[in-house]
Amino acid sequence: MGADKLLSFEEAIEKYEPVLGFEVHVELSTKTKMFSGAPNEFGGAPNTHVAPVDLGLPGSLPVVNEQAVRYAISLGLALGCSIAESSRFARKNYFYPDLAKNYQISQYDEPIAFEGEVEVELDDGTLVRVPIERAHMEEDAGKLTHVGGATGRIHGAEYSLVDYNRAGVPLVEIVTKPIFGAEDRAPELARAYVATIRDIVRSLGVSEARMERGNLRCDANISLRPRGQEKLGTRTETKNVNSLRSVERAIRYEIQRQAAILDAGGTIIQETRHWHEDTGTTSPGRPKSDADDYRYFPEPDLLPVMPSKELIAELRAALPESPAAFRRRLQAEYGFTDSEFRDIINANLLVEMEQTVAAGAAPAQARKWWLGEILRIANARGVEAGTLITPLHVSELIALVESGQLTDRLGRQVLEGVVAGEGSPDEVVKARGLAVVSDDTALLAAIDEALASQPDVLDKIRDGKVQAAGAVIGAVMKAMRGQADAARVRELVLERAQA
Amino acid sequence: MDLTRLPASELAGLLSTGEVSSVEATRASLDRIAEADGDLHAFLHVAGDAAIARASEIDQLRRDGRELGPLAGVPIAIKDVLCTNDMPSTAASRILEGWIPPYDATVVARLRAAGMVPLGKTNMDEFAMGSSTEHSAYGPTRNPWALDRIPGGSGGGSAAAVAAFEAPVALGSDTGGSIRQPAAVTGTVGMKPTYGGVSRYGAIALASSLDQVGPVSRTVLDSALVHDVIGGHDPHDSTSLRDPWPSFAEAARAGAASGSLAGVRVGVVRELDSEGFQAGVRQRFDEALALMQNAGAEIVEISAPNFEYAIAAYYLILPAEASSNLAKYDSVRFGLRVTPGETATVEQVMSASRGAGFGPEVKRRIILGTYALSAGYYDAYYGSAQKVRTLIQRDFAAAFAQVDVLVSPAAPTTAFRLGEKLDDPLAMYLNDITTIPANLAGVPGMGLPIGLAPEDGLPVGIQLMAPAREDARLYTVGATLEALLHESWGGPLLDRLPADFGRSAARESGQPDHLVPAPGPGTEPDGGTA
Repeated sequence: MGADKLLSFEEAIEKYEPVLGFEVHVELSTKTKMFSGAPNEFGGAPNTHVAPVDLGLPGSLPVVNEQAVRYAISLGLALGCSIAESSRFARKNYFYPDLAKNYQISQYDEPIAFEGEVEVELDDGTLVRVPIERAHMEEDAGKLTHVGGATGRIHGAEYSLVDYNRAGVPLVEIVTKPIFGAEDRAPELARAYVATIRDIVRSLGVSEARMERGNLRCDANISLRPRGQEKLGTRTETKNVNSLRSVERAIRYEIQRQAAILDAGGTIIQETRHWHEDTGTTSPGRPKSDADDYRYFPEPDLLPVMPSKELIAELRAALPESPAAFRRRLQAEYGFTDSEFRDIINANLLVEMEQTVAAGAAPAQARKWWLGEILRIANARGVEAGTLITPLHVSELIALVESGQLTDRLGRQVLEGVVAGEGSPDEVVKARGLAVVSDDTALLAAIDEALASQPDVLDKIRDGKVQAAGAVIGAVMKAMRGQADAARVRELVLERAQA
Repeated sequence: MDLTRLPASELAGLLSTGEVSSVEATRASLDRIAEADGDLHAFLHVAGDAAIARASEIDQLRRDGRELGPLAGVPIAIKDVLCTNDMPSTAASRILEGWIPPYDATVVARLRAAGMVPLGKTNMDEFAMGSSTEHSAYGPTRNPWALDRIPGGSGGGSAAAVAAFEAPVALGSDTGGSIRQPAAVTGTVGMKPTYGGVSRYGAIALASSLDQVGPVSRTVLDSALVHDVIGGHDPHDSTSLRDPWPSFAEAARAGAASGSLAGVRVGVVRELDSEGFQAGVRQRFDEALALMQNAGAEIVEISAPNFEYAIAAYYLILPAEASSNLAKYDSVRFGLRVTPGETATVEQVMSASRGAGFGPEVKRRIILGTYALSAGYYDAYYGSAQKVRTLIQRDFAAAFAQVDVLVSPAAPTTAFRLGEKLDDPLAMYLNDITTIPANLAGVPGMGLPIGLAPEDGLPVGIQLMAPAREDARLYTVGATLEALLHESWGGPLLDRLPADFGRSAARESGQPDHLVPAPGPGTEPDGGTA
């Protein structure tokens, strides 16, 4: 692995036109699974969130989760799609141990949503329209853990463990049409597209859309064709791309890899490729020909999905504003400059910002904490900031600082506690004993003690050298181990001088 | 009084008045099973202790004055294709040997809730694939009328158990005739309800779009009573109809009481009769038509031109769905596991387990279905078959615009000999020629005994069909016809069942092929109807 020859990105783009396509799987956050009453929850001891249907037990039958259908319709509408009057589930037949029935129930030739368009905003504000071919419903497979062997892959493994907790989790797969014209911004567009889907899904509340948990999974297709050629090149499908940054890197890598092959007169093999976060490279998966025979046929255990016009109208009326409109509105409400606002978008923290402000924080404060300390911790750990702390906890933290119960410095310690999973800000304050000493008696006692060792300070202040108070304030803060409001200490020192 | 000879309706009457206890009735059935099943092998599993325990619970509830359903305390046999949480449910396959599901099929849960007493699980062709019960992995069931004959299939076990008085009633499943054809060849009544009329939840799937669970009994009223218990909407089965259903028992009682078929238009489907059918089958069928005509029915000949393609379409749709439904038997989560060597991969284990666990007919249909669904063949095979299905539905619609019920022989021949068609799958498949159209269209069909064929003294059945959702019509017309037949015979056909199974082999006519016209009437001891 990793021995791929690469062309420089600039040269690759100069010679070849990249054509993109994406399949994004969104796990819907319904209470129960797509076709069974088992809970749809992340984690849990293996094979505990299962019903007979999820295990493919003989005689069991699937029943469509109506909430999942509603979510899929909402998502389809938000993608600008038409909603099919009648759509159908099919069986996709193949043997694999993570697939309990050895077929996946998925929509095939009759998806619930089709022909849409998504507006994607690049970093500099350029708008790109990405055409959506379809969005269809299907069930997730179980999870295999390959034990033994070096790679964690099935080849070379001694044995494999199967966990069906994820089997039957409702998914919507969003498939784009080929995307032309991205040129050198193809990697950036890839990231921005997935971010846009994530924002749409979150704004609808149909999924938690946490990539690191697999709530949102992207398969990135890319092909190159020589400049001036009409016919599309052979594509590869890169899987296992679990962060926005990886999407961008994987596309960039594949462009460079494919260009090097084409440049050397070689041919691209149509295949799936695995993305490796650590090395920043892709490696071949299984060959994927168009002749893969899944023996699709209409699922005879289920009736067609025929949503009423009323239901579609109701869901359309309930759609939240689009992320683009949402951004325009928030920028106006917060009164941020373009550059202030772009920082938030680039850090993918707009939804967190909005929720933090909705929970009561001032926009400037929310921005300060999210883009400051929280983003610093996130970058240090290589995770997304939104996964570290909830907007509600951030707003609580801000409230504690604003009310003077915490100093900024104490606030950062409380943040550390919350991120470490010690509970809400209030709980961390209590558990760590971090509250600012707001009892004037205690502060005055500390001030008097400090003045006793620096008796000339009060005179200096009276003489107009107010900055002399600093020495006392420093001593008091030290004595209080930082848990005092410096401004209040200063006030009290000045009062002493006037007494 | 021999309790096992009573129809469920009469037994239920004695139970409700306290003249007979459920324990007595259940014990009588279990004794009869002990006596007869060595010859018959109708049961794969008999749950004697559990049945007595349940019967005694029901008796206690009755003594406590609790209100019980009409069939409370009546024993019932259950086809092994149905999931039972206290008995193995194997669909007569090695691959599910000993498997006890963690749930009851909805129909089983409903009959338990109605106070019925499960006796055990009945034999069948493996995964309901067959017309003779010879494809059971656990050995064939024999026909109580003649032990060297097949009891029909796939539900030969349920039909034989009911015909031989081992159980008053039973449950079956019908994908292409698996309730009606066994009923025809054992002299019993079998009903395939409208598709969606009875829940499929917990019925081990053969072909999901064709499978339907239904009752097997010795009288039309008994089937109606059981249908009342098991039918109706089930939220666990998406294809289950939401329609409210009338009381089928009332429909049957009304039919039996009326004695008249005045105003009933009966359509004889030209395509469901043939010169090639056994002569005695055709004779009894014609006599039944005459009986109906005498009772006031108007007999109309009907043509359903697309029925001719039914078997071809059926043997594409069924294997296609079955190949997918049976993919789950891979040894990963349940069922037989065969590990070919220490270093076997998961694919090798799946392959070896399926190779050892499935019988030849199952493998044949999986291969057929896999082929029919393959890219490049789908349109020609599965796609065309679905179009034929639509045409057959239109034929039914056109026919029912002219008549109230359609009739045909329930099977082309009487019971053939064990082994006779085992090596000739096509001959076996043709045995379902008259029953398959109802499954393809989803309409209800009933099999009903109409006498014994003169040439071999074996039962002949008629099939009645009605439009979808008109199951009650079949119970009414069926019960009227049954009453007329009983009157003409001076009692039920099963009264003539040979009592001694050991002697029955001597009754054989020796006809090697019943598609060949048999010797004239009167050569057989039990040949004639009045």
